[in-house]
Amino acid sequence: MPSNKSVSDAPITQFINCRILRDNELQREDLWVREGRILDPEKLFFDEQGYADKRVDCEGSIIAPGFIDVQINGGYGIDFSQASEDVSDGVSFVAKKILEHGVTSFCPTLVTSPPEVYHKVLPQVKVHDGGPHGAGVLGFHLEGPFISAEKKGAHPEKYLRTFKSGGLEHLMEVYGSLDDVAIVTLAPELPGSQSVVRELSQRGITVSLGHSAADLSQAEEAVQQGASFITHLFNAMLPFHHRDPGIVGLLTSDGIPAGRAVYYGMIADGIHTNPAALRIAHRAHPSGLVLVTDAITAMGLPPGRHTLGQQVIEIQGLHAYVAGTKTLSGSIATMDMCVRHFKQASGCSVQEALEAASLHPAQLLGISPKKGKLDYGSDADLVLLDEGLHVKATYISGEEVWRKGQ
Amino acid sequence: MKLIILNDYDQASEWAAKYIRNKILQFSPGPNKYFTLGLPTGSTPLGCYKKLIEYYKNGDLSFQYVKTFNMDEYVGLPRDHPESYHSFMWNNFFKHIDIKAENTHILDGNTADLQAECESFEKKITAAGGIQLFVGGIGPDGHIAFNEPGSSLVSRTRVKTLAKDTIMANARFFDGDLSKVPTMALTVGVGTVMDAKEVMILITGAHKAFALYKAIEEGVNHMWTVSAFQQHPQTIFVCDEDATLELRVKTVKYFKGMMHVHNKLVESPPSEPKKN
Repeated sequence: MPSNKSVSDAPITQFINCRILRDNELQREDLWVREGRILDPEKLFFDEQGYADKRVDCEGSIIAPGFIDVQINGGYGIDFSQASEDVSDGVSFVAKKILEHGVTSFCPTLVTSPPEVYHKVLPQVKVHDGGPHGAGVLGFHLEGPFISAEKKGAHPEKYLRTFKSGGLEHLMEVYGSLDDVAIVTLAPELPGSQSVVRELSQRGITVSLGHSAADLSQAEEAVQQGASFITHLFNAMLPFHHRDPGIVGLLTSDGIPAGRAVYYGMIADGIHTNPAALRIAHRAHPSGLVLVTDAITAMGLPPGRHTLGQQVIEIQGLHAYVAGTKTLSGSIATMDMCVRHFKQASGCSVQEALEAASLHPAQLLGISPKKGKLDYGSDADLVLLDEGLHVKATYISGEEVWRKGQ
Repeated sequence: MKLIILNDYDQASEWAAKYIRNKILQFSPGPNKYFTLGLPTGSTPLGCYKKLIEYYKNGDLSFQYVKTFNMDEYVGLPRDHPESYHSFMWNNFFKHIDIKAENTHILDGNTADLQAECESFEKKITAAGGIQLFVGGIGPDGHIAFNEPGSSLVSRTRVKTLAKDTIMANARFFDGDLSKVPTMALTVGVGTVMDAKEVMILITGAHKAFALYKAIEEGVNHMWTVSAFQQHPQTIFVCDEDATLELRVKTVKYFKGMMHVHNKLVESPPSEPKKN
């Protein structure tokens, strides 16, 4: 019983027997999709006198907007920071695999690297939509090299840099191009950062504070210049201190300009952040929490040694260390694992856990409501989950791109 | 008139829904023989709609060959406004059943020529062969649809200005802001409903008791427009105990005494193999 073609003769799919995440709650509603976007069934009924061409029985599943991972360094043996000839293939490989975790869009992340790496890698991957081939690429997340030596974490010290005069121009020399860059993580206490933050923000690039020893006022200054994200809160920054909360203090700062919001990435793998700390952050600023995997090459691989950027790391169980040390190198948790762990550790609702992986990253990148929501007109990037928030199927633009058991 | 008195709102809703179900099934609608149903909005019929949806979901009832005509719609309210009667019907009924959009008819309060829209609506009813069963409610002032006190008892579908009382009562759906409440509506006339083969009025709650009293125990009067149905050969009033609070004990006892006969009308039909 198709539509009467007055508006479109594209086929219409109706997802039934489901609970959808809409208006900050799980609603018992059918979800209608046409031409890759969520359709308003009431308009379809009254204006077009149309019906669904195809019905998908979700058997009681939860339907959430597809997850968005804004910090992922690689996986399945692929390291995005390796300057190889086939970076594009590597990104595509990972893009396809992460569909299994419910991720429909992501920001391939490069850790601190020498300019040669950026010049080789960046031009090979453009922003592009997802599909059966894999999750969509929203743009690179460049984590470094303009970060603090003191808080470098697993980043290689010899490639760290400071801002030279000429701000953005110097940045362009290092990176080569900013065309397909979505996020830049930098340390705002580095001299000359203010103009860089401002210029990057004006170009529509999300500026994130991380790997930094900044105090709260330096962090607030950066936010005033346009910074809007904190890279993996708590990790690679000064710890919270009651007389100078540092970057962590942004969560409850009154120095944020009106109408602006600060988001913060959380690696909710049970390792990078103690659950009590996770709860403190969540309770202080629930609407800013963005789940990220910060997944490294070894995600999806068996225990052992693997490369990340210019270094070697070692997997022990669910931990990934810089080889020979106890410094965490990144996580190997998948996005759906992070959602489940976040819900369990914080005691938050299903809706909040799902929004932390979909709505909030979309808002951070300014791509909501096209992504991250199930509003009429939003892209039909969906993840079907069971009660325990395990991924049953993933859809991009209304097309099934992965199903468990196939 | 049949006066059907049930204990409470839920039972009254169920009785009414079963009656409608049986009427449709007995009619045996098909591609050349549609069952035409007149429908109301408001809080009173919600329970009845829920039950009808249940019968559809159980496979006991299909709306594939049913045509519906709603009683009214606000003027000037966008069709997708949550308080429009289009939205009401979609959310509370149409989206849950198998009715075809082209078989539903709701007055369009946003056309340029409202008068023409009303005339066209009357023509559509005629073209559909008239209405088999018109279901309606009653306002506290005894009105049916938007036929407020003083409306002609032989009126047809037309534009009506809403009474101040009605606007005040509706304000709660518009954030309490009187300026946002529509002041006009398109409504079927008393005469339009009288043309139906059968009329069923749902009345529940103590706040409707006085209106019910005026409608069935006093004379036919344009101040209480539901009273017009005293002159219809097939009227059925379905109410709960609270709605009978203003009636004579004699009236209530008389009709309660007939319930064993009236209940035959809502017995489950004999089971048949399900048709596709």
